[in-house]
Amino acid sequence: LVFTEEDKYGLYSNLLFKYFLAEGVVCGHDLFVASAKEHPDNILKELPAPLLDDTYQKELGDEAAAVKSEDFQDSMKIAWRYQNLPKMEASPTTYTKFGHYYDVSKKMSPELCQSVKWHSFYLHEELSFEPKMKTCKMNSGYARLLQSIQRIISQEGFDGSDPQKKQRNVLRIGIQSLGSILWGDDVCCSDTPEDTHSLTKFLYVLRGLLRKSLSACIITVPAHLIQNKAIMERVTNLSDMVVGLESFIGSERETNPLYKDYHGLVHVHQIPRLNSLICDVSDTKDLAFRLKRKLFTIERLHLPPDLSDTVSRASKQDLAGSAKLLSSGCGAMAIGKKHLDF
Amino acid sequence: QGKFTLLRDTRTDGSFLVHHFLSFYLRAGCKVCFVALLQSFSHYNIVAQKLGVSLAAAKEQGQLVFLEGLKSCLDLLFGEEEQPGQPSPLQFLSGSTSDLRALFDFVRVSLTPADGDSWKGPVLLVDDLSVLLSLGAAPVAVLDFIHYCRVSVCCQLKGNVVVLVHSNEDSEDEENELVVNSLCHHSDLILWAEGLATGFCKDVHGQIKIIKRLSLRQAAEQDLVQIYQYKIQDRNVTFFARGLSAAVL
Repeated sequence: LVFTEEDKYGLYSNLLFKYFLAEGVVCGHDLFVASAKEHPDNILKELPAPLLDDTYQKELGDEAAAVKSEDFQDSMKIAWRYQNLPKMEASPTTYTKFGHYYDVSKKMSPELCQSVKWHSFYLHEELSFEPKMKTCKMNSGYARLLQSIQRIISQEGFDGSDPQKKQRNVLRIGIQSLGSILWGDDVCCSDTPEDTHSLTKFLYVLRGLLRKSLSACIITVPAHLIQNKAIMERVTNLSDMVVGLESFIGSERETNPLYKDYHGLVHVHQIPRLNSLICDVSDTKDLAFRLKRKLFTIERLHLPPDLSDTVSRASKQDLAGSAKLLSSGCGAMAIGKKHLDF
Repeated sequence: QGKFTLLRDTRTDGSFLVHHFLSFYLRAGCKVCFVALLQSFSHYNIVAQKLGVSLAAAKEQGQLVFLEGLKSCLDLLFGEEEQPGQPSPLQFLSGSTSDLRALFDFVRVSLTPADGDSWKGPVLLVDDLSVLLSLGAAPVAVLDFIHYCRVSVCCQLKGNVVVLVHSNEDSEDEENELVVNSLCHHSDLILWAEGLATGFCKDVHGQIKIIKRLSLRQAAEQDLVQIYQYKIQDRNVTFFARGLSAAVL
């Protein structure tokens, strides 16, 4: 259960949401999309198109060429400690075995979208049906959503209930903007919401459904609107993975030169610890994201070089250029850039 | 015998302690009732196998009574009408009652020794108690449940109770803090796993404070506090004195 805290204007979390669904389409998984904000049909029309290896290579051609022309085997002379850091590839070509990459500027072709079976839940269309399950004092919107998910899981055999089905598939569930006022829950509006337990009960039952079946779920929540922090703590406890996106739009960080190359930060609050004592802990916890014209990338947060006033003032492009080189693995020591000569 | 152990975690995940106690008591031959509210049976089974215990076998032999909270909840909400003689342990979810009596009855029935049982003392293990609050149980109901369990398991049956709770230092979850503080006062042993105050570290996953509450049983005694740091590996957890992790030595 991947729980995503939305950024303030929902731009980037929406993107992450669409990536999850697009990956499902490309892998041939079934999809279930639920939203109270926009109709799922519209969401599905806007999935990014997948990038194939060769086209991506061409796009990155000039950038990659510049980077690869440096000899990574050069031992570093000044910043020799950095040599031991693993090289973080800026271009994802080496990782194409797991997951796919998407071009944000293009939409997924309708044929590809139609190739998988998908189910939708648009709250405002479902309001006429009464929930059949035993309500346990849960918000009726949530109750209907749970019922719908449970029905799809058992009907389509994701929980292994149908022994005839030989080919088992995975169901990817995406729920957008849960907890917002559109779902009928006032947890985002007031400090003392009417029903503090609806959201947490919903998550618990959803967790049960996910554990029982071959499905994975991403939920985006406008966490910045939730005043009651106790609920956020409980929700974190009930989710497997919690990721928060903080965008710089409109905040003071937008003009901060440290964050110049990035559009926001990624906070990983919790990672799943399933089926083992330990979890896969990565080396770094400072991650930032940026939305280039075609790609949405998440990388380690790198500070641009700190140039004091005594060194010749670098132009804006030079600074950006060296930061890019730094972020491609500290391999190149910005060779050739005059402003780094001491 | 008759001890109440509280497992507590702050800023980190203390579930490795639950796995430890589960395999520890099963290996010791005790009858265990495990109320697992947060994870599925297969999760615990896979970890227990790494620690050398088979939960499936223990369940079959009757040594382990496993309540899988997630599955119980689904059965309650989506299943058919329940039989009158077997109320669901998580009945408080459906809103008909506001106390955890059904859950306590389940625990009591599973740990009461049946004829022909040759297990050593009964043990109740709960993972984790904070989830009950998220599901709508009132803090008082949770404390009552624990109190009844203590009386029944620790005093009457001379068994042990081990409970996991989460807590945060500057938590705004007052209900949770209330439950945790109350339980701390009534525990014989507190194992408190905390994330390091200095932040994330690859070699030291956290620090564990072991508090033996001697003052609970005898008036003049002081509590004994020991602090170790730990690192979790795939099949094991290594403990060491503060500052002496293998990465540093």
